[in-house]
Amino acid sequence: MGVWQIIKLAIAGIKANKMRSFLTMLGVIIGVAAVIVLVSIGEGASKSVTARIEGMGSNLISVTMRGSQSSALLTYEEVQQWKERAGILGLAPVINGNVSVKYGSNTYDTSLEGVNEEYRQVRNHTVQAGRFILPMDVSLRQKVVLLGTEVAAELFGNMNPVGETVKLNGTNFKVVGLLEEKGSESMGSNDDKVLIPLTTAERLLNSKGIRSVYIQAESAEMVDPVVAQLDNILYRKTNDAESYRVFNQAEMLSTVNEVTGTFTAMLGGIAAISLLVGGIGIMNIMLVSVTERTREIGIRKAIGAKRKDILRQFLIEALVVSSSGGIIGIILGIGGANLLGSVMSMETVVSIKVMALAFGFSLFIGIVFGLYPANKAAKLNPIEALRFE
Amino acid sequence: MIKLVDISKLYHTGSVTLAALNKVNLEIKNGEMIAIIGPSGSGKSTLMNMIGCLDVPSEGRYLLEEREVSRLKEDDLSEIRNKKIGFIFQSFNLLPKLTALENVELPLIYRGMPAAERRQRSVEALHMVGLSDRMYHKPTELSGGQQQRVAIARALAGDPPVILADEPTGNLDSRSGVEVMEIIRNLNENGKTVILITHDMEIARQAKRVIRIQDGSIVSDEEVA
Ligand SMILES: Nc1ncnc2c1ncn2[C@@H]1O[C@H](COP(=O)(O)OP(=O)(O)O)[C@@H](O)[C@H]1O
Ligand SMILES: [Mg+2]
Repeated sequence: MGVWQIIKLAIAGIKANKMRSFLTMLGVIIGVAAVIVLVSIGEGASKSVTARIEGMGSNLISVTMRGSQSSALLTYEEVQQWKERAGILGLAPVINGNVSVKYGSNTYDTSLEGVNEEYRQVRNHTVQAGRFILPMDVSLRQKVVLLGTEVAAELFGNMNPVGETVKLNGTNFKVVGLLEEKGSESMGSNDDKVLIPLTTAERLLNSKGIRSVYIQAESAEMVDPVVAQLDNILYRKTNDAESYRVFNQAEMLSTVNEVTGTFTAMLGGIAAISLLVGGIGIMNIMLVSVTERTREIGIRKAIGAKRKDILRQFLIEALVVSSSGGIIGIILGIGGANLLGSVMSMETVVSIKVMALAFGFSLFIGIVFGLYPANKAAKLNPIEALRFE
Repeated sequence: MIKLVDISKLYHTGSVTLAALNKVNLEIKNGEMIAIIGPSGSGKSTLMNMIGCLDVPSEGRYLLEEREVSRLKEDDLSEIRNKKIGFIFQSFNLLPKLTALENVELPLIYRGMPAAERRQRSVEALHMVGLSDRMYHKPTELSGGQQQRVAIARALAGDPPVILADEPTGNLDSRSGVEVMEIIRNLNENGKTVILITHDMEIARQAKRVIRIQDGSIVSDEEVA
């Protein structure tokens, strides 16, 4: 019997028994939709974390000093000497602090970073209006400031802040630039901050020594050698491996990807269990169907159907049910993932890969759980089957 | 030609062994029309299953067109049934979800016949039983007589040499029964070997040869005038 004919008959059977077919498919529908939605959440999370880490800058390494005395911190001159080391493309020492920014009668508390001219490239920032910090600003301790978009919006609304004067902790600073919006990252918002020259920050915050430095390696291959050199320098300086930490973006990425990968696999696995339960539902109904259709099987065998014909017929029916369920499940899954994405403003990613996987799995379920009932049908004795009322 | 040699069919229920057929010897030539008659439980259906290759004997040999079929496997028997035997059952045994035409096509599908040829032959078979105008009806939309005619069309669509009919008129009113018997007689006149199983002497008389069976054995075998 032709495959098409069997498929046609199976679809007719599904239509003739709508409610039962739907209930049979429901397990597969829910299973496939759950796999797609849950995996899309996992992959979305992985994608957004990856984007954030990569957005911090490429081939980025960061050094953080953990000591409390100023002797345990770094000086600007010390950091500048690292320039001579091989493989380092950019060095951006940073002084962190909090500051209150005042424009007119508006005051806004935000975080402040004292930076040099290389910071922009190392940390992958873009200036949307005005200019960035210049070497001269650093050497002359200029009182100039760049605003993050959130700060600018708080104080200036839609107005262009470049050229205006603001007060940082009571001191007048000239706004020379407005940063491009960047979104938040693991180290806090990139838009809710202001940047001033490093040397100016030292004065303003009355801080001595540099706690963190961002380093850009020349290439991905150079990241590891540069990390090793930094480790070496810092250990010689402090004689205490606990007093500093060297972070490597690539390592961070792979750690995060490992974690989100496990997370995604776990979600997918949980959903796959429901797909399995759906398969048991198919087997259950198929067994009922084989019993109900014993006489039909007897007739088919009497007029010449072989075992493989009957086996194929019931297997195709199981596949039609499970793949219909799979297709409906995929549609619902995509809808569900998009809904979650927009309603809960979660990032969800539905990949072709996961759709193919879920669909393939539903076919697999159809075969596995259809095989036993189909085989039972194929093995029926034609005489006994014909006698069945 | 059909030749049964010392065919027995034994059923074992617990310690009791029942011989539904007991050393039956029977020869049926091509183109014959015979009736097998006997009381209920005498072994008629068992004999028909044997001749129709639905079942294999416990003992003895069965030669169908010189081929020994009594020891064949299930799938080989399916193939023989498909090509050599046309079944007509008392209860029609049509598939309710298929149209008349699709029912008639079914044996040809299992034979692997191409769709166009299959369709043409099925249409011809339905024409022969006078149901050209009912091809697309489902069995439930047909009368008993019409359903049995669809079943006859199904039996002859594959052009098998042997037609086996088990109480073909048993579920029909007398007028439909007469019509159906007329078609069956026609098949025989056109060269088919027809084996008719019945308990109705009136029907049996329409065959040229009547075989009486009792307790699994043939008790008489006579030509009818
Ligand atoms: N599967 C079976 N198991 C046990 N006994 C059977 C089986 N099939 C038939 N018989 C017995 O074999 C005998 C002949 O049955 P059957 O050929 O159906 O008779 P008929 O068709 O003439 O009424 C009966 O006694 C019946 O009970
Ligand atoms: Mg009987």
